[in-house]
Amino acid sequence: MSSNIQILRSPKKAAYGSAGALLLFVALAIAPKILDQSITNEWVKLFYLVTLASMWNLLAGYAGMISVGQQAFIGLGAYGVFVFNDHGFSAYESGIIASIVVGVVAVPISFLAFRLRGGYFAIGTWVIAETLRLIIIRFPSLGSGKGRNIQNYTRDPILRNTYTYWMALGVAIFALSACFILLRSRFGLALQSIRDNEVAANSLGIKVDFTKRVVYVIGAMGCAAAGSVICIQSIGVASPNAIFGVSYSAFMIFMVLIGGIGTIEGPVMGALLYFFVDKYFSQSGLWYLVILGVIAIIATLFFPKGIWGEINARWNLSLFPVSYQVKIENNQNDSIHLSKKEK
Amino acid sequence: MSKSYGNLGVLFDVSLSIPIGQAVGIVGPNGAGKTTFLSVINGTEPTSAGSVFFNGTDVTKQGAEERSRSGIGRTFQIPRPFSNLSVFENALAGAAFGGGLRGREAQTAALDALEKSEMMQFANLRAGGLSLLARKRLELARALSTQPKLLLLDEIAGGLTEAECISLIATIKNLKDSGITIVWIEHVVQALVAVVDRLVCLASGTIIQDGIPDEVLKSREVLSVYMGTGI
Repeated sequence: MSSNIQILRSPKKAAYGSAGALLLFVALAIAPKILDQSITNEWVKLFYLVTLASMWNLLAGYAGMISVGQQAFIGLGAYGVFVFNDHGFSAYESGIIASIVVGVVAVPISFLAFRLRGGYFAIGTWVIAETLRLIIIRFPSLGSGKGRNIQNYTRDPILRNTYTYWMALGVAIFALSACFILLRSRFGLALQSIRDNEVAANSLGIKVDFTKRVVYVIGAMGCAAAGSVICIQSIGVASPNAIFGVSYSAFMIFMVLIGGIGTIEGPVMGALLYFFVDKYFSQSGLWYLVILGVIAIIATLFFPKGIWGEINARWNLSLFPVSYQVKIENNQNDSIHLSKKEK
Repeated sequence: MSKSYGNLGVLFDVSLSIPIGQAVGIVGPNGAGKTTFLSVINGTEPTSAGSVFFNGTDVTKQGAEERSRSGIGRTFQIPRPFSNLSVFENALAGAAFGGGLRGREAQTAALDALEKSEMMQFANLRAGGLSLLARKRLELARALSTQPKLLLLDEIAGGLTEAECISLIATIKNLKDSGITIVWIEHVVQALVAVVDRLVCLASGTIIQDGIPDEVLKSREVLSVYMGTGI
């Protein structure tokens, strides 16, 4: 071959993207010390929305697993906070421990869920979530279905809010970086292959079930962490029906599809959009749902790939690139046509 | 080995032994079980009875991913591209997993596979946007990227123009000369005969002829399953 071929993974873009994200992270981390807490307290919701959306995107957008049952893990994460809090851990430690334990619990659940495919998998995950809710409300120590409060929490509201904010931010950043690092690795390649065609992936040497299981567990842990943040922010769970509610799945799907499925940036955009719609319209009753519906219709009609998908297609912009580019430098300077004539 | 789906038998006591380096062509009418035969060899489908040996090892209980890692590569008759990945990434997946290669080595192997299957000019295109012909070549590229010792080709020449077919034959000949064992299902018999050392005719799930290509094609049984009786 007389041409010189290079494989590019946009290291510059990735470095700029990461550096920008790091700066933003630092700015967000010191925000509670500078801005009024009434502002930063609201952002806690944004952070857990980003976490939830990224996790759903990892499952559906990169591994092809459409789940409507991630509320199972949100609920378990929230209730896990009580369990470990009652044993003397701080609320924040409890949240972290609960997320790890939920990851372990997700392994046997995955064996159950993976017996199903496609739409059946989706409904199956929902059934699993309902089952877990019914199990949890059997325990009097967990409020017997009436919800309960966290016993040991930081009493000083300013400190408490700051800690909660940091935890929510930390969880979101952790979730986003985990997605980015995973997807840039060979694991990401395996995942996307499985998403596009399981049979072909399998016959190319990819361990389909194992790879999906790893992602499922990561998704469970991320949702559990978000669930524990939700619980800690309101110092308890008002109702198991809400924390195990399927509406979480609906919002995750909304955020990911509107933002752009299969991109790292999309779910963040979707979470931002949903956050603002929720902030300004959630008190307007029915109109709130109408507005969400209209946004969904506009997005499906005009941006079928989501907001970031559209940006990406139009300007080839990607802040967190995970793909590969082959650059062929031909000696005769006609860069593309090297195939047949050269040999 | 035998293969059935529930009560529907597809392969009945098919037994075939292929020496290393041989190129075997498989012909047979539609529904003869040719594709199922490949699926059972590469592990996409489990056998119902009997066993599959590869390089002296019993691989019957292994899944497709394990067999791919130990050197069985396969193309699909109906292409199964990873539509949202680029052509290069498709090949890279094969090199990184089936080929067991890492980093630069995997990338080089993927490029090499694209080069061999003349897919280099499409390297950055989304696989989902390719034409049928290019998808078929992508199947070949992906199978090659796994560094196979045994390559199973399922109707890779179907639908090609004559010129394309000639270049494909050259490509597959080169693969054979490099020592890869080949099992090739094809309806385009001229293409097959140009490459293979041995021809097997499958009909209704059994082997009805097995031997030197010319003789198999002239045999009465083969003519009758293709042309009908009474000739």
